[in-house]
Amino acid sequence: MIIARILGTVVSTQKDERLFGKKLLIVRPINVDGSDTTGYVVAVDTVGAGFHERVLVVAGSSARLAQGMKDTPVDAAIVGVIDSVDITKD
Amino acid sequence: MQLARVIGTVVATVKNDSLEGRKLLVVQTLNKDLEPTGKPMVAVDSVGAGVGELVFWCRGKEASFPFKREDTPTDCTIIAIVDSDAHVTQGSRP
Amino acid sequence: MILARVLGNIVATKKNQRYESASIMLCQQVTPEGQETATTVLALNAVDAGVGDTVLIVQEGWSASTTSTGKAGAAIDSAIVGVVDYVDLLKDEK
Repeated sequence: MIIARILGTVVSTQKDERLFGKKLLIVRPINVDGSDTTGYVVAVDTVGAGFHERVLVVAGSSARLAQGMKDTPVDAAIVGVIDSVDITKD
Repeated sequence: MQLARVIGTVVATVKNDSLEGRKLLVVQTLNKDLEPTGKPMVAVDSVGAGVGELVFWCRGKEASFPFKREDTPTDCTIIAIVDSDAHVTQGSRP
Repeated sequence: MILARVLGNIVATKKNQRYESASIMLCQQVTPEGQETATTVLALNAVDAGVGDTVLIVQEGWSASTTSTGKAGAAIDSAIVGVVDYVDLLKDEK
């Protein structure tokens, strides 16, 4: 899983019918200190995440194991909203 | 999947049993303008491609699907031969 | 999934037989802002996307295989699963 922040939404009408009714969000992976990495991924939202929130994203075939994603053609799903990240410094 | 040019062959006598009889080819991945990009790779052939031909390959677990999938150890397989360079079109609806 | 723009298509007569049902599209990955990146990818067309469309490409085997051929287990790693109407970015991202 990766930590990411939400950049925006994607609107698509003509799509695979198994994606109907699914919210698609663009997220950018971030480092544990909160700084941005490069790149982005379009992920299906399964938890009702909102803008400006940090989220947990699961990628690959595991994305289809998320709640409500069974037999859905997705490769990335938002499976959690992050409250806080605590890092122990050595 | 990515476009690639077959640039050579690999001969390996000692190899995994399930790769016995399979042709191993060296492919150079190409970009949209058919220019080389990245490093050459070794791919297993599933369609009978030859040196010089324009092909495309499939990566990951799916690369083993044209064969006996449980026991063919490949992560890169040639799955089609493009008819010619001119059959890679850009900019107009087919 | 990634965002990409459809550049054109690829004609391959000799190919894995599971590829018969859908066309093979040449796509270029774009950023959320719509700028083209250097990455190109071939993807099977599962939603009748046309040249110039911005599309959603799924890069996972089961998903790509079922959307474009109707059945799992094909040697396909990428498929177009949606045509993007528009991308709505947060104000501070523009």
